[in-house]
Amino acid sequence: MELLKVRNLKMYYKTLRGDVKAVDDISFEVNKQEALGFAGESGCGKTSAALAILKLLPSNGRIVDGSITLGDQEITKMSDKEIRRKIRWKRISMIFQGAMNALHPTYTVGHQISEAILMHEDVSNDEASERAQRLLELVGMEADKTRRYPHELSGGMKQRVVTAMALSCNPDLLIADEPTTALDVIVQAQVLKVMKELRERLKLSWMLISHDLSIITETCNRLGIMYAGKLQEYGDLAKIYKEPLHPYTQKLLTAFPSITGPTRELSSIPGFPPDLLNPPKGCRFHPRCAEAMEICRNKEPIFQEISNRDHFVSCHLYA
Amino acid sequence: MVNDVVVETHNLVKHFPLKLGFFQALVTKDLPKVHAVDNVSFRIFKREIFGLVGESGCGKTTTGRLLLRLVEPTEGEVLFQGKDITSISLEREMIKLRKNMQIIFQDPYESLNPRMSVFDIVAEPLRIQRVAETEEEIEDRIEEVLEDLDLTPPEEFMDRFPHELSGGQRQRIAIARAFVLRPAFLVADEPVSMLDVSIRSEVLRLLLELIEKVNSSFLYITHDIALARHICNRIAVMYLGKIVEKGSVEDTISKPLHPYTEALIAAVPVPDPTARRISTVLKGEVPSAINPPPGCRFHTRCPQAMEICRRKEPPLIEVADDRQVACHLHGKE
Repeated sequence: MELLKVRNLKMYYKTLRGDVKAVDDISFEVNKQEALGFAGESGCGKTSAALAILKLLPSNGRIVDGSITLGDQEITKMSDKEIRRKIRWKRISMIFQGAMNALHPTYTVGHQISEAILMHEDVSNDEASERAQRLLELVGMEADKTRRYPHELSGGMKQRVVTAMALSCNPDLLIADEPTTALDVIVQAQVLKVMKELRERLKLSWMLISHDLSIITETCNRLGIMYAGKLQEYGDLAKIYKEPLHPYTQKLLTAFPSITGPTRELSSIPGFPPDLLNPPKGCRFHPRCAEAMEICRNKEPIFQEISNRDHFVSCHLYA
Repeated sequence: MVNDVVVETHNLVKHFPLKLGFFQALVTKDLPKVHAVDNVSFRIFKREIFGLVGESGCGKTTTGRLLLRLVEPTEGEVLFQGKDITSISLEREMIKLRKNMQIIFQDPYESLNPRMSVFDIVAEPLRIQRVAETEEEIEDRIEEVLEDLDLTPPEEFMDRFPHELSGGQRQRIAIARAFVLRPAFLVADEPVSMLDVSIRSEVLRLLLELIEKVNSSFLYITHDIALARHICNRIAVMYLGKIVEKGSVEDTISKPLHPYTEALIAAVPVPDPTARRISTVLKGEVPSAINPPPGCRFHTRCPQAMEICRRKEPPLIEVADDRQVACHLHGKE
């Protein structure tokens, strides 16, 4: 069952030197109770795609084309007020990158969680703080931690608090942008474990954005690989892992050092990510691709499904 | 073997005193201090890549800086090529030594002076050390090191400023600055943790090639034990200022002896959906280094803690050839 359906989404940032095509014609779905991971280098448009879904765009950003439907509601056509009242927090909520450092230093975390509830739901103060306590228990903290201030908590605890906050209005879909980037390995493992358990227990849908493929493989069951504003490969995570089709995905998967198995040479991708003001013609990956052909320089590959296997790729090798 | 030791530390200790308010300082007898590094001893051999692994706050960065005497040790000594560098009092002599010991910092956005061109940044160590006689010689040396780092053509990069470069290029400039003197010993403090994955392996490859070329010894500081496995020969795992386990990288990671090493390895996310890891995640967080727990510092979180761990501190003992561990589980028997 589809929960969120994005079709041909284009999101550009207007600058003095022209449009930055941060998200350029991408299509994907998030199904009910599924977790979709979005991976890619910094500047590839993965965060912009998430911001477009919530219409949290900066003043120079705009959705140029495409549709975003949540259930049967079209988000791109809604007014800001409608989105604020009906969509954000209640249906889709987001954990921003570095959100744990954005907690207000002079309010207790309990106050900040119940504030989110009071803003969106018609409940009494007591009920809201009661719910804040339950939420902290949900993410594996003691209920009396609601009386703590952010500086009294460690990084892992603060990350749990913002996760609890994002869950405060029972959303259907949770978007998490690099939720564990600033954390140590062991704390990261703790937070990921909590997130995985939550998804199963609350029957949530997730969209996880990260540059780290191993975090996505640990927590998600679908995967989208972004490069230069475009979705290059998309589908069932286990299938992509078993048989990565796009040369970029192949390189990414072998660029990670592994703790098990034989040590091998880490693959690297020569060159640098492209400038999205003037992306390369044809396939955007061709200047860095080892298998680039003549056609890759001239013609943009079509994003298509490979023999009905729920595995999409955008590459001339499979046309 | 002993002659090949490049850097050696003996019982290195670094305590940072805490700043107290005026009245607090009057009534406090024992001034509280952060036990950043406590009794750390190891050797780095010639042409070896030695990894220092641990979570943030375990003292690995402080240890790296102590080795270069960028911070003064509270106790203990650092021998560089057989000479105790902690007792050198003349700044002039220290400068001479620094020709052979360099460091690459973690964040290339902060470690490069924004007002200096790439040429000036890389030329500065040459000028301070007076190793190149003429301007042409300086230029040649810089060209060579930039080419080694795949920053080609070098002329195109020399006049640029750091803000005109990407993160990966900046870190390569930082590496060029450290390598232009061809040092015998190099400390790298998480040199690729700020970079994107696709660029990371490229920078690492270039770094390893340069080390090979210059025949340096290398201390690699990282929190990523999987990465350490790929590039280091030997590693030491640190926890709360102490080395808990030390040995060759393959043995330590395939057969970890200390429960903390085991936990660190188990926490590494595996990029393989078919091999879900057993989720025994270590509970809790690293305790404060101001009042480290008595006995074994890890006992508060150790799943195998025994009575003795709470009372007695385990010494770092040799359990096999080139394999040391500080844990009561691996006693004399």
